[in-house]
Amino acid sequence: MRLRLKTGMLLAGTAAMAACAPKAPEVLPPPPEAPASTAPTSAPAPAPTPSGPTVGSQTHFESAVNGQNVIYFDTDRFNIDSADAAALQAQAQYLARYPQISITVEGHADERGTREYNLALGERRANSAKNYLVGLGVDPRRISTVSYGKERPVALGSNEQAWAQNRRAVSVVVN
Amino acid sequence: MKKLAILLAFIASPLMAQNQDLGSPVAEGGEVETIGADESQAEEGGLSFTVTDESDWADLGVAIPGFATDRDVSTPASRDGTGALGREIARVITANLRNNGLFQPVGPDSLPQPSFAQITDPNWGTWRGRGAEMLVHGYVRARSDGRLMVGCYLYDVALGDELVREGWVVPPADWRRAAHKCSDIVYSRLTGEDPFFDSRIAYIAETGPKDRRVKRLAIMDSDGANHRFLTLGSATALTPRYSPDYKRLLYLSYVDGNPRIYVYDIGTGRQTLVTQSANPTFAPRWSPDGRFILYSMAVAGNTDIYRVPSNGGRSIRLTDTPGIDIGGSYSPDGSRIVFESDRSGSQQCYVMNADGSNQRRLTFFGGRCATPEWSPRGDQIAFTRIAGDFNIAVMTPQGRNLRVLTSGWQDEAPTWAPNGRIIQFFRTQRNSGRSALWQVDLTGRNERRLPTPVDASDPAWGPILP
Repeated sequence: MRLRLKTGMLLAGTAAMAACAPKAPEVLPPPPEAPASTAPTSAPAPAPTPSGPTVGSQTHFESAVNGQNVIYFDTDRFNIDSADAAALQAQAQYLARYPQISITVEGHADERGTREYNLALGERRANSAKNYLVGLGVDPRRISTVSYGKERPVALGSNEQAWAQNRRAVSVVVN
Repeated sequence: MKKLAILLAFIASPLMAQNQDLGSPVAEGGEVETIGADESQAEEGGLSFTVTDESDWADLGVAIPGFATDRDVSTPASRDGTGALGREIARVITANLRNNGLFQPVGPDSLPQPSFAQITDPNWGTWRGRGAEMLVHGYVRARSDGRLMVGCYLYDVALGDELVREGWVVPPADWRRAAHKCSDIVYSRLTGEDPFFDSRIAYIAETGPKDRRVKRLAIMDSDGANHRFLTLGSATALTPRYSPDYKRLLYLSYVDGNPRIYVYDIGTGRQTLVTQSANPTFAPRWSPDGRFILYSMAVAGNTDIYRVPSNGGRSIRLTDTPGIDIGGSYSPDGSRIVFESDRSGSQQCYVMNADGSNQRRLTFFGGRCATPEWSPRGDQIAFTRIAGDFNIAVMTPQGRNLRVLTSGWQDEAPTWAPNGRIIQFFRTQRNSGRSALWQVDLTGRNERRLPTPVDASDPAWGPILP
């Protein structure tokens, strides 16, 4: 790693070259490739189902994936474990069934990290989830990411249990 | 593909419709003109106070009676006239010196008021009788052009000697700057250190419950006065940094829904993106001369540090390791950058040359190293040390002589006073998540909370005002 660093450093000139940077050390699905086909990004509004939440709403999405629109991470990690993989598979199935729907993956961190690092960590977690979904066949253009770092906790305590709930990536339907 | 990338990397394109979280712009401060401080003749007074004796050399008794005026006239700086303003100036100086922890100042409210003539001819006998070691005198004069002239004198009471004098002409709205400048010459003359009071702090003002915190960009003088909110709070603002000339602020805003660094022009209230890119950008920093901006950008989840000329131009990527390379703080001469990276598996501090070459790890203490900030003196690097709790620590630029200065549950994000002798940071309380600004000196002994109107985080101390 050190050697490559030396030679690569001065060559690295532009923003987009970051996209060609070596993969993160953890085992991740490949980063998304730009697909050749034109996938629909905004489809006509789906016919509302006779009862229950409307297709395209966050409620519909969450109930369809059994609440598995959130995945959780270990401290300072961003890898997809088997529980995460099952959740993301459910999300991918939903997205396959409703190709008109796009999502944003929100990456979060617990409060026990510095603010700036946690913003970057949340972004890495959101991308981890996105890459996994893309690996399952979801068009990357249907998935955006945003990091909230440690700025938006759901669990308010300062203990291991709360922190575990806050280290998360949340998939949200884009309206 | 590559051409496109270069286009994307240009900065400072004007920005449309993204100002919706901004308050009205702040009027730029007036000029402060430094002049000689000469004035006229003698009289008498009397006082009663005791200087508490501390064996520490620095606990020096300093008497700061009200500044005198030649003619008590009304001024926009004080409804009650130049006489009242003179006492208020002495109070500001007293608070500055007391908060510094090195002195035992006694202010105008427990001292007699010297006459205008006594300012240059102190009644030594009286002050010696009260045990004052040092005496600060000064005057305020309303000039015919509407500005104020403020003179400041420091005397060694035991020797009956004048140590230093200076004077300034200030617009009435900037009268506090004269008080800070007087504090600075007293502090500098007595400690041998560089000044720092005449400076400002940018920070993030926080309100609301832990899961719905409102985070606004705010600025204030070094003593907390002249407080202003710059953003309205509809969008989360984080991590401000004053430009060395105080004309611009870098900060992160979610105003378009994504975390991005903006360059905010304080005088005009206009702001631009630091780089035209769809990627999130974090952790803005100025170079010491203000010519460059460092920022960190995540591309496909991988965060690296970039440098861009502050007046526009091409961004250069300085790091390229997998993982999070973030932050970055220039050495005072601009030749090196200390930054944070988790390339080894955990957050540690690294240094590189300003062009990104020769990257090497600095910290091997155990625990993690985050948010490193190079002292403006160059002799120390302050950082957040994470080893169980989060604490403010310093080390040499060689990564030696680790000293942990604070002991809070979560102290983070150090920023240096302009003279490199005091570190400001923010402390978060366990469970409640409430945060406040704190200061600690390099001994770790003098720690104090800086009062702010609401909770506060991400302090950024600017240099001495131009």
